[in-house]
Amino acid sequence: MTLWTTVLLASGLAFALKLLGYVVPHHVLDRPVVSRVTAMLPVALLSALVAVQTFTGQAGGFTLDARAAGVGVAVVALRFRAPFLLVVVLAAATAGILRALGWG
Amino acid sequence: MGEPLLDGQRRKEVLRQCMSVGVATGTYGISFGALSVAAGLSLWQTIALSALLFSGASQFAVVGIVAAGGSGAAAVATSTLLGMRNGLYGLQMSRLLGVHGLRRVAAAQLTIDESTAVGVVQPERSAQRLGFWGTGLAVYVMWNLMTIVGAVVGNTLGDPKRFGLDAAAPAAFCALLWPRLKRGDARAVAAVSAVIALVVAPHAPAGVPVLVAALAAIVAGLLPQRRGTAASS
Repeated sequence: MTLWTTVLLASGLAFALKLLGYVVPHHVLDRPVVSRVTAMLPVALLSALVAVQTFTGQAGGFTLDARAAGVGVAVVALRFRAPFLLVVVLAAATAGILRALGWG
Repeated sequence: MGEPLLDGQRRKEVLRQCMSVGVATGTYGISFGALSVAAGLSLWQTIALSALLFSGASQFAVVGIVAAGGSGAAAVATSTLLGMRNGLYGLQMSRLLGVHGLRRVAAAQLTIDESTAVGVVQPERSAQRLGFWGTGLAVYVMWNLMTIVGAVVGNTLGDPKRFGLDAAAPAAFCALLWPRLKRGDARAVAAVSAVIALVVAPHAPAGVPVLVAALAAIVAGLLPQRRGTAASS
């Protein structure tokens, strides 16, 4: 699919899900299993995205490079309760500087 | 309606919360805009994602998977799975807002983590409504403005790797994940899904490993709840 199709389809589905909560009768969605799964989905997806985008190379194989150092610094920043933007900038700066020095 | 109106002091308090959340959240639209153009999306596609999709984690997922060379289908599927929680937020907010017609459409579009959170924590009904609408609108305006700033700045940077933008994306996902890891069962799901994704990655096209890892959430959600897991560290 083209990039525009991806953008518009993802947007349409996102809106449909938001609206669903407002129009579907409450008892349909209001179940413990539904809320447990929907609470865990972002955790699983975000964690998988972190893993794949930090540790895999072109063919999907395990790779350790400047990105891992950047994300490591991001985790330390998060432990110190740094705001979102600072976390992201520190990660990018770490990876950028390491590459400028010829590592990773 | 019929609920008592807020006095000036409470109104100011709630609006201040709305503005601070709007500014804090909206600002990281800069990083989304920059990452989106670095991933190869055009300025208008980047603007469309923030204006129409308007859900940070889903937006970062779309551009992250596109950047990694994943298919459009994988990007849409991941974005949609991440957006399912907004449906539950809608369920909560529909009870508090009592909106119909166009206002319901607007409320749905503004239903995200932040607006729901500020709305539901208020003790009075009128403050809940003010908190939801105020935060939703503040984040919407700031997020979209900052997306444009980030996209324009990102376009001038050139090679994304030189500035470590490929490390910025997983760092952004880390920051979105962090507040959800307070419970022990959430940390277990995060660890298992990371391992699944890395094991599957060499054998599947980009984007698919993340979807396979989502199974960890479904299994964890379907398992009977054990007492005491929430307190473990």
